[in-house]
Amino acid sequence: MESDKINALLEKYFEGETTIAEENELKKYFSSAVVAPHLQQYQSLFGYYASETKQKFEPKLMLQSNKKSKITWIAVAASVVVLLGVGIYTFNNASNDKTNQELGTYDDPEEAFKETQKALAMLSNHVNVGIESIQYIENYENTKDQIFITE
Amino acid sequence: MNQNEFVHLVAPFKDKVFRLAKRLLVSTEEAEDATQEVMVKLWNKNESLETYNSVEAFAMTMTKNYCLDQLKSKRAGNLQIVHTNYTDREPSLQQQVEDSDSLNWVEKIINTLPEQQRLIIQMRDIEQYEFAEIAKILEMNETAIRVALSRGRKTIREFMIKTHHYGIG
Repeated sequence: MESDKINALLEKYFEGETTIAEENELKKYFSSAVVAPHLQQYQSLFGYYASETKQKFEPKLMLQSNKKSKITWIAVAASVVVLLGVGIYTFNNASNDKTNQELGTYDDPEEAFKETQKALAMLSNHVNVGIESIQYIENYENTKDQIFITE
Repeated sequence: MNQNEFVHLVAPFKDKVFRLAKRLLVSTEEAEDATQEVMVKLWNKNESLETYNSVEAFAMTMTKNYCLDQLKSKRAGNLQIVHTNYTDREPSLQQQVEDSDSLNWVEKIINTLPEQQRLIIQMRDIEQYEFAEIAKILEMNETAIRVALSRGRKTIREFMIKTHHYGIG
């Protein structure tokens, strides 16, 4: 093929204006044995394009995505954890309410008053226990007066 | 559509999807994963597939979007695509040893181009799509595609001339 024509085609090619047919012509020319010396630099370019179409997708096509199922399993695990957490929390709260109720209340106000008094008396007795031990402080006061003569 | 029909439907273009993914992701393994993902997504759309004029164009668009997403998340995670696991399974490789060196050069040069130019060169120069088809797949207009294609081809030419003159290519 005349290299003039190829030159013109190459020019068009680099401007992005060639048609598929013209590009195939170029590919054919550069795959042939006779390539003009000044055009040999392009040989590997068109050779590469031609060789690339031989690459095939070799693994068997799987229509179930591994990635997706992994994500769903993680989602399932997470929701189980959340459900368990919420469940245990509400269960514990419910049982607390029960123990509070078991402490009971009084229906008769008289009885309730008595019980309250009893409880308060028990409390004050316990508070008074502390007071006895504080009375030693008076001894310190006395000794201090003996040492430091106050006017 | 059952699985057999689906596999039949995608058979003509699944290699194209793979090659497009490989052009963007570089590593063969990642490209295989991407192809697998795109096919699963397509399979899940099974019911609505008949409403598309061209399932192939639709699959190519999905591939483009999926790979660009992959690249984005890689960059965000500060990871680089590892080239070391790159294996060429081409059977005729042995016969091509002589010129494979310069073919590798071409591949390296193409892979340095911006993603969009890589996509367009892949679809035009390798898969031989018409401009109208590329425009549909990339959701761009034809003029913009011609301009990007010309730019990409010229960048490749510059590198080729340089390596040729240094006597490497």
